[in-house]
Amino acid sequence: MKFVAVTSCPTGIAHTYMAAEALEQAGADAGHEVTVETQGSIGTDPLDPQLIADADGVIFAADLEVKDKARFAGKPFVDVGVKAAVHDAPTVIAQAVAAVEAGPVAGGAGTVAGPGQPLTTGPATPAPRQVGVGARIRQYLMTGVSHMLPFVSAGGILIAIGFLISTVAWKTNGAIEVTKVVDGNDPTAFLDWITHSFSWVSGQDWAVLLFWIGKWAFAFLVPALSGYIAYGIADRPGIAPGFVGGFAAVLVGAGFLGGILTGFLAGFTALWISRWKVPKGVRGIMPVVVIPLLSVGVVGVVTTLIIGPPMRWINDGLTDWLNSLNGGSAILLGAVLGLMMCFDLGGPVNKVAYVFATTGLVNATSNADGPAKIMTAVMVAGMVPPLAIALSTVMRRHLWTPQERDAGKSCWLLGASFISEGAIPFAAADPLRMIPSFMAGGAVAGALSMAFGSGQLAPHGGIWVIALIGKPLLFLVALAAGTVVSAVVLTALKTVRERRFETQDDTPVDAPAAPAATAAA
Amino acid sequence: MSDPLITPDLVALDLATTDRETATRALVDLLAAAGRVTDAEGFLADVKAREAQMATGMPGQVGLPHARSEHVTVPSLAVGRIAGDGADWGGPDGPATLVFLIAAPAGGDADHLKILAALARRIIRPAFRESLREAPDAASVADIVTREVVVS
Repeated sequence: MKFVAVTSCPTGIAHTYMAAEALEQAGADAGHEVTVETQGSIGTDPLDPQLIADADGVIFAADLEVKDKARFAGKPFVDVGVKAAVHDAPTVIAQAVAAVEAGPVAGGAGTVAGPGQPLTTGPATPAPRQVGVGARIRQYLMTGVSHMLPFVSAGGILIAIGFLISTVAWKTNGAIEVTKVVDGNDPTAFLDWITHSFSWVSGQDWAVLLFWIGKWAFAFLVPALSGYIAYGIADRPGIAPGFVGGFAAVLVGAGFLGGILTGFLAGFTALWISRWKVPKGVRGIMPVVVIPLLSVGVVGVVTTLIIGPPMRWINDGLTDWLNSLNGGSAILLGAVLGLMMCFDLGGPVNKVAYVFATTGLVNATSNADGPAKIMTAVMVAGMVPPLAIALSTVMRRHLWTPQERDAGKSCWLLGASFISEGAIPFAAADPLRMIPSFMAGGAVAGALSMAFGSGQLAPHGGIWVIALIGKPLLFLVALAAGTVVSAVVLTALKTVRERRFETQDDTPVDAPAAPAATAAA
Repeated sequence: MSDPLITPDLVALDLATTDRETATRALVDLLAAAGRVTDAEGFLADVKAREAQMATGMPGQVGLPHARSEHVTVPSLAVGRIAGDGADWGGPDGPATLVFLIAAPAGGDADHLKILAALARRIIRPAFRESLREAPDAASVADIVTREVVVS
C-alpha cells in the first residue's frame, strides 16, 4: 500500500524527524511505501499532490494542528500522535493498513474537527487517539471482519448455489437430499464419493460438490476472524495463535463470539510475549519458535479449558430450559427460540435452539405436528439477520460503507437460504447494535410463525424448501415481519451513532486534492 | 560552518549515575566548559522545561534532551554513555544508556536545525546506536556523529 504521513511535535526539533524516519522504515519493513511530510520548525516541505492522490491512506503523527488538512479529504486515516510513531511505528503502520482495509470513510481525513471533538466516527473510521480503548477495540474487530468477509461470501453463495441447483436436480426435496449424499467432513467417504460416484454431467453431484466447498469455506470463518483480530493487535506474531484459538473456539462450540474472545486473547498474548526482553542469543529464535510456541500453547489451553466447560453448561442449561418451556405457551417458545437463534449466529446459544428443533423432528410425522412448528420457528428466525442487513443497506444506503453495501447484496441470498452466518461480519464488527436488532426481529418472526402454525419436517433449506412448509404464505408473512422489525431497529441504532455524518455522506473518496499551498510556512 | 557540531571534549563515555538530572548536568557542564553555553544553570532549566513537556526517552534506550536557549552560543551536541543500568528517561524499553543533549541557540537558523533533524533520523536506526555504544573512545564517537549526521 501507499501511505502519506504528516509528523510534527511541539518544539519541532527531534520527534518530528524521528517519527518520520521510524514510519518510513516500519513501512518499508512491512512492504508499504510511506512518504512523510515533516511539519517541523525548519518549515514544511509539502507533499506532491500526486502522491496524496495516489495514496491508499494517511497517517497523522502530529501533535500540532496539521497544516492544510483539506488536502487529505476523504482518505482513510489514522491519527496517532507523534509519540506513538516514534515508539511503535510498526503498530501505527498496521493500524493504517487496517484503516485502509476497512474502506473509505464518510468525512474522511480532511474533516475539520472542533476542539476536543473526535475527528470522525464513521463505521470504518480508525481511532482518533483521544477516543482510546473503545475505538481501538473496534479497529481490531474491523481487521478481523474485513479478512473474514471473503470466506463468508464465497462459502455462503456456494452453499446457496448448491441449494438452487438441487431444487432443479431432484424432483422433490432437493435442498434436503443435497446434504445427505455424502459427508464432506469425512475425508474417506468424500474421496470415495468423488472417485466412484461423481459424474461430470450430473446436476445432483455438482450441487453436492458446491454445497460442501461452501461448507469448507465456512469452516475458516471463525479461525480467520480470530486470526486477523490477533493480527490487528500483535501484527504477524498474532496470526498463528489467533487461527488456532479460533479453531479451538469452534471445536468447543463457542461460535463467532468465542472467536472474537480468542482473537483478543491471542493478540495480546503474542504482543506481550514479543515484548519480553530476552538475551541476545534467544532473540533470533523468538519470532520463529518462542512466540509461536508459547502463544499457541497458552491460547489453545485457555480456550479449551477455560472457554470450553462454560459452553457445555450453557448448552445443558438452555436445553433443559427449552424442554421446560415446551408444552407451555407456543408463542412464548417461538419468541425465545427466535431470540436464541439470533443471539450468536451459530454459536452455543444458537446451536441449542437449532439442535432442540432438529432432534424434536423425530417425533413429528406431518408438518402440522408441534415439533414441525418449532422447526419452522427456528428456521424463520435464523433467516432474519442477513435479510435485515440486506434490507437496511437498501433502506438507508448512506449508513453503510461501500464494502458493507456489497456484502449486504449477497445477504439477500444468504438469508433466503437460511445461512445465518451471512450476518456474522456485521455482528462481529458492531455486536452491541447488531445482535439486539437481530434478536428483536428473530423473536417476532419466531413468535408469529408459532402463532400461525407453519410447520416443516425439513431441518434446513430456507426458501428452497418452501414447498415442504405448511401454510407457506403465513411463513413468508412471519419472515417479512421479523425482517422489517430487525431492519428498522438496527437502522435506528446505527442512525443514532452515525447521525452527525449524514450531511457528509456524498464526500467523494478521491476528492481532488487542494493545491499544496503555504510551502515552508 | 565555523564550529563543528560535536568535538571529542563534548563526549562523556562513562557517566556513573542512574539519575536523569545528574546525567543532564554532566553534559551541560561539558558544553559550558567548551564555551558553547554561557549560563549552565539557565540552560539546564530550559532543558528541564522541555523535558517536562514530554519525556524524551526514545526506543533503543536513548535519552534525547534538547532545547533552544538564549544561553547557547553555538549549535552543539553532547553525547553521554551511562555505565551500568542507565538512567530513567521515560523511554518505552528501559532506562537510557545513551544520551544526546542537543543545544541550539535561540535564534538558530534553519541550517542548524536541519543538522539536528538529521541526527534525529539517525538516532532511530539501531546500527547507529550500536556503533556509538561500541566506540572505543571519545574521538571515535565524535567522528561517527560527524560522519553520519549529514545535512540533506
